[in-house]
Amino acid sequence: MKNNQMTPKRKKTFTQVMNTPKVAGYVFILPFIIGFLAFLAIPMIFSLGFSFTRYNILKSPVFIGLENYKAMFTADPKFWKVFGVTMYYVLFSVPLRLLMALLVAMLLVKSTKMSGFYRAVYYLPSIIGSSVAVAILWKRMFASDGVINAILGIIGLPSDIAWLGRADTAIWTLIILAVWQFGSSMLIFLSGLKQIPISLYEAATVDGANGIQRFFKITIPMLTPTIFFNLINQLINGFMAFTQSYIITQGKPKDTTLFYTVYMYQNSFTYNKLGYGCAMAWFMVFVVGLLTLILFKTQKKWVYYESEG
Amino acid sequence: MKTGYKERRIATTVVYHVFTFLLACVMIYPLVWMVMSSFKNSNEIFRTAAKLLPDKFSLENYRVGWQGFAGYGFSTFFKNSFIIAGLSTVGAVVSSAIVGYGFARIDFKFKNFWFACMLLAMMLPFQIIMIPQYIIFNKMGWVGSYLPIIVPQFFGQGFFIFLNVQFIKGIPIDLDEAARMDGCTIYSIFIRIILPLIKPSLVTSAIFSFMWRWDDFMTALLFLSDPMKYPVSYALKMFSDPTAGSDWGAMFAMATFSLIPIFLIFLTMQKYLVEGIASTGIKG
Repeated sequence: MKNNQMTPKRKKTFTQVMNTPKVAGYVFILPFIIGFLAFLAIPMIFSLGFSFTRYNILKSPVFIGLENYKAMFTADPKFWKVFGVTMYYVLFSVPLRLLMALLVAMLLVKSTKMSGFYRAVYYLPSIIGSSVAVAILWKRMFASDGVINAILGIIGLPSDIAWLGRADTAIWTLIILAVWQFGSSMLIFLSGLKQIPISLYEAATVDGANGIQRFFKITIPMLTPTIFFNLINQLINGFMAFTQSYIITQGKPKDTTLFYTVYMYQNSFTYNKLGYGCAMAWFMVFVVGLLTLILFKTQKKWVYYESEG
Repeated sequence: MKTGYKERRIATTVVYHVFTFLLACVMIYPLVWMVMSSFKNSNEIFRTAAKLLPDKFSLENYRVGWQGFAGYGFSTFFKNSFIIAGLSTVGAVVSSAIVGYGFARIDFKFKNFWFACMLLAMMLPFQIIMIPQYIIFNKMGWVGSYLPIIVPQFFGQGFFIFLNVQFIKGIPIDLDEAARMDGCTIYSIFIRIILPLIKPSLVTSAIFSFMWRWDDFMTALLFLSDPMKYPVSYALKMFSDPTAGSDWGAMFAMATFSLIPIFLIFLTMQKYLVEGIASTGIKG
């Protein structure tokens, strides 16, 4: 760095330079900067570029302008179909999962001798739920001769439903799998619930508020920051769901469970249309980015932050 | 009057436990069913799907399943998974600790910008960058090896960086000041003072990293083609494809087996998992 200095001094100077915060800071975050550029920023820019090309991995990309996007929006009926399927999945699985997480968190906030056991059992599915093992299990549970039908048979309900074969039920097997994994959201709610000052509830009780009023006037408003954070996280996760659709239903029947990411994968690696795949990825970035932005904008209206209130 | 109140309280407690316990049973039933089915005869599994316990416990499914497919046994796939998840975890934990310290304790130019980049990296799902990453790794000749799966882990992972930053910020800065008085540099403060103190967040990172990498099958799907290199997750997927036959007993046995490392971590490290989620508010 300082080449005009004498050799004996130079080493010391180098050490000194390295020890100044502005240099040391970069030394420490250097791994992140390299990784961020190499595995994220540059690939993203490439991807944007490829989205304007016709590209299979063997030949060089050919620039075709907005053709991919035009094809996506106007010429590919399957595109809107998988978009709709994914939307439907997100629209039901995310709120149901959060609702379930909140209700169970309310149950478990009461501490008893069994609390540790309950928490473990409710949390476990979200730890392993996205694994291939559970996907295989789910596929067999909802098979015509699987355990779901068997149990329905025992309690005297129709037990010959082809859950995975019918357009109206197949997607719900995936939604149920998503809801089943409410555990980690539940833990976040649980820690949020424990932070609500007990004095608030006491004051409300003195003022004659009943349980339902306390829930809607205290619990929910105090939890809104947690709900907000959970919502954004789950929304992104929901749109990115892949394994479930890829392994359990493979999009069947008639693409009614074909998720956006799976179709994107198929276009890129099965049909070898990498440019089209990149365009699809960017459209998803746009949609998720827009939804996140809208949520952030509406935040003021419904998210309660203590420091401001 | 007083006894009435007490009785009502007991009744409430009983109802609470019955309800919470039954719901817990429903939650856990699918897993128990899988484990129990893995001990049933293959042809018994669906004939007696409603029955939880097998007629007699048999390890036959495990013996058959363990032989794997395409000439490779599950011992190979397990070994591969341990290599991938192990190396990835070491890389992610070490690099994330270093980066976390930089963000938490040092002031430098454009820190906020890089921190925003880190949050972005944390939120951006792999599915979005998988195609360009594949193209780049393919150009580099890395596709088909473990490099595209493991190497990116060595450059800090957003979630773990965040976890470390939160944790380091909780350590009194006086400790750093005292060490500086004693002649410690920024680097030796990290190694001598901070590193020993952030063990909990290192352990949490290691647990999550190992579990995520163990479960991950997308990177294997994308980058691997030789069955010899498959991790357990991807091998299970291939094993369950209709073309590989459909011995559900063997499949359940291997699926159960593949979850054992996760179960063990869950049972022994639950405290860290719960705290990791609660303190960052991020899904695990």
